[in-house]
Order: sequence, then C-alpha cells, then structure tokens
Amino acid sequence: MINKVVNNIEEALQGVESNMTFMVGGFGLSGIPENAIEALSKKDIFGLICISNNAGVDDFGLGLLLKRKQIKKMISSYVGENAEFERQMLSGELDVDLIPQGSLAERCRAGGAGIPAFFTPAGFGTEVAEGKEVREYNGKPHILETALTADFAFVKAWKGDTAGNLIFKGTARNFNPLMAMAGKITVAEVEELVEAGELDPNQIHTPGIFIQRILQGEKYEKRIEQRTVRIKE
Amino acid sequence: MALDKNQIAQRIAQELQHNTYVNLGIGIPTLVANYIPQGIDIEFQSENGVLGMGPFPFNGEEDPDLINAGKQTITTLPGAVLFDSATSFAMIRGKHVQLTVLGAMEVSENGDIANWKIPGKMVKGMGGAMDLVASADNIIVAMMHTNRQGESKILKRCTLPITGVNCVKKIVTNLAVLEVTQNGFKLLERASGVSVEEIKTVTEADLIIEGEIPEMKL
Repeated sequence: MINKVVNNIEEALQGVESNMTFMVGGFGLSGIPENAIEALSKKDIFGLICISNNAGVDDFGLGLLLKRKQIKKMISSYVGENAEFERQMLSGELDVDLIPQGSLAERCRAGGAGIPAFFTPAGFGTEVAEGKEVREYNGKPHILETALTADFAFVKAWKGDTAGNLIFKGTARNFNPLMAMAGKITVAEVEELVEAGELDPNQIHTPGIFIQRILQGEKYEKRIEQRTVRIKE
Repeated sequence: MALDKNQIAQRIAQELQHNTYVNLGIGIPTLVANYIPQGIDIEFQSENGVLGMGPFPFNGEEDPDLINAGKQTITTLPGAVLFDSATSFAMIRGKHVQLTVLGAMEVSENGDIANWKIPGKMVKGMGGAMDLVASADNIIVAMMHTNRQGESKILKRCTLPITGVNCVKKIVTNLAVLEVTQNGFKLLERASGVSVEEIKTVTEADLIIEGEIPEMKL
C-alpha cells in the first residue's frame, strides 16, 4: 500500500505557486473541495488559471479567489451564479474560456487518460468551433478538442482511504473523478478518511493511483444554492 | 388565450414517449415533469450526473449532495443511478438520451437555436446545452413566442450567437406549436382563442400553413 495521507491542508497545498493551472471539482457548490479553496484564498498566489465547471458564488467556492483577484483566467461551462465574475469578465479583468460542459468533462478525462485530443459534434457551427479543425464522421461535422491537464487538481469525495481510493456521494461526484485523473498533483479531500482495507474495492469510484495527497477536510458547510422543496400533503 | 408557463409544459408533456430517457433544461422544461401522461414511463436525466430523478424533496429532507443541473435540490426514484460528468455526456453525445427539452432566446427556420449569450450584456455560458443540441435526435424548445420587448423569437436567421445548428425539431410557445421542416416553420397548433393571423403578426419568420389549424388540447 502506498500511503497518500498528508497531515493538514498546508501540507496538501505544498508547491502551489502563482501562475499555475488548477482544476477544481464540483458542480455548482455541490462536491467542491471547500477546504482547499478556502486555504488557497488565503495564500498570496495570483495569476491562476482555474478549470472548473462553475465559478462559485460571490462569497463561497471559487468566488473567494475571484474576489481577491487571484484568478487571471477561468475555463468553465457555466458561470451564471456569480455577479463578481460577470463584472470582471465584462470589464476585461478576467479572461474566460467557455466550453460546452460535455467537452469540458471529456477534455479532463482525456488529459488523465493519455488521449491528446478528440472529435466531438458539440459546438460545431458556433463560436466554440472558431479556429478548430473540423472533420466529418458518419456524415456529420465534428470539431477537434484538446485534452486538459493541470499542475494541481483539487477534488472532494465522500469517503477515502489512506491509499487514496475514493467513493463519492450523490451528484457531488460530477467532475471530481475526471479532474482527479488529470492533475500532475491531485489533492483529494474527503469527509471521512479510513484505513486502507476498510472500503470495499468493488465500490471504489476513483482508484488511488490518481491521487497524490489525501486528507480529511476539517469542516464542510455544503451550501445549497437553490433550496427547492415540496409541501407534504 | 395565450398559454402560461405551466400550460406550455403541459403541452410538451404530450410529446413524451413511453419508456424513454429525457433531459429537461432549466426553466419551463423543468415543469414538464409535473405533467407526465398516465401510462407513460419516463426516466429523467440531469447532466450533472443522475438518471431517475424524482420530485423535489420534502421540507427538511434536502440533501446538498443531490441536485439537478439547475442546482435545485432533488430526490431519486427507485432504479436511479449516479455517475460522473463524462459518463453523463456519453449518454447525451452517444444518443442514449432520446429527447431533450430546452429553453431558447431565438430559433431560426433551419432549426438553429440561440440560448447562451447576449454579447456585451449577458454571458452565463452554455453549460451542457451545446452537447445536448449537437446530439439528441429529438429536440423540443419551450419558450415564449416573443421576448420582453415584444419581438419575435422565431426568426428567419438567429441574431444572437448560436448554440447549435439545424437541430430543433419542434417548438411549443405560449401561442403556437411549430414544427421545423426542410422548408421552414410549419404551424401545427394554435393556443385556444388565438387566431392564425395573430400568430403571423408576432412571428418574423414565414409560416407554412396548411388547411385548418387546430387549437391545442390541454
């Protein structure tokens, strides 16, 4: 067993520097690495490129890094929930690359899987296709999308073991397993860290080989963006 | 009488086929789930990683780890399954999801759709919409017939940056049901009490009108 455990978030973030590219898991605020983001937002690192499906909200998630202007470029698919983001983007302070969500997911997966590029129908004929190679397969045009990798990937799982194996819960899985594969150094934070051997190998979603550092997150707020309920009749 | 948002959803629900997988977009499309006809079994897919999505949870039972693509809290039904984003879009791109219902800002007569960006004003991103419209075999648009300024959203050519080309099959608006054909928009149905002339007046694109146009039945 190769032990991946680090003692605290400081140790987990060792080596992060200005101008690096980070992948950050999560969809909306669900499954975001809350502890890593908070610690990053307190570091004096700037000029970051962040690859993340969303950009958090004004005062939570990646919104914390945006507020301190630590991010120079975001690579995302949907950023509608963050007013500060929209302001920085429209004023030109923040560079933004918007990518179809499925292409973003596949580009991360490809990056981790050793596939340098692939063709997809998504985005053909739109702004997204500008400057990209087009090829016809099965009578339909497809555009060439390249793989994404990162200096660090920050992911969050429900349970993990000391070997770095991860199990996710609910829709908090989303981009986390894909980004875990694509980080040169992948930091996994989990709600519950157990000894190797305690998780059933049949049930593991992300094999520990993709994880370099694992720790149990200190606290989880798990904020809900859109609380929608129905009334019991 | 023009339809309200719930009635648009109700009309779209009549298009649901038995034993199919369906992806509902944010807004009016989400409401379609409230009107599934008797005897029709549907599994709803949400692109953030769930198939077999159920209704909203009861008060106090919300789970932050269980949301839909609109970031709303949801529940799962028996048979539901959870997966990562790449698997989710394999279902979509691979045409395993049979029907996509989504909102739009504009649709053109060749089936182009625009719904992700107003240059210089609103840039929220396309989310999964570009992947969905590029692959789904059946795409139905749910939207109001005109925008807030009263201008037609049904156009000869889209004026906004498009989300996908030549993909929309049908449109249900507050005034009409339209089919996108090789020759342009064909008027299939009109809202109860709304005349063909009234629809033509607020539609920038040409309409193919064959015979009597029936009223929508809800």
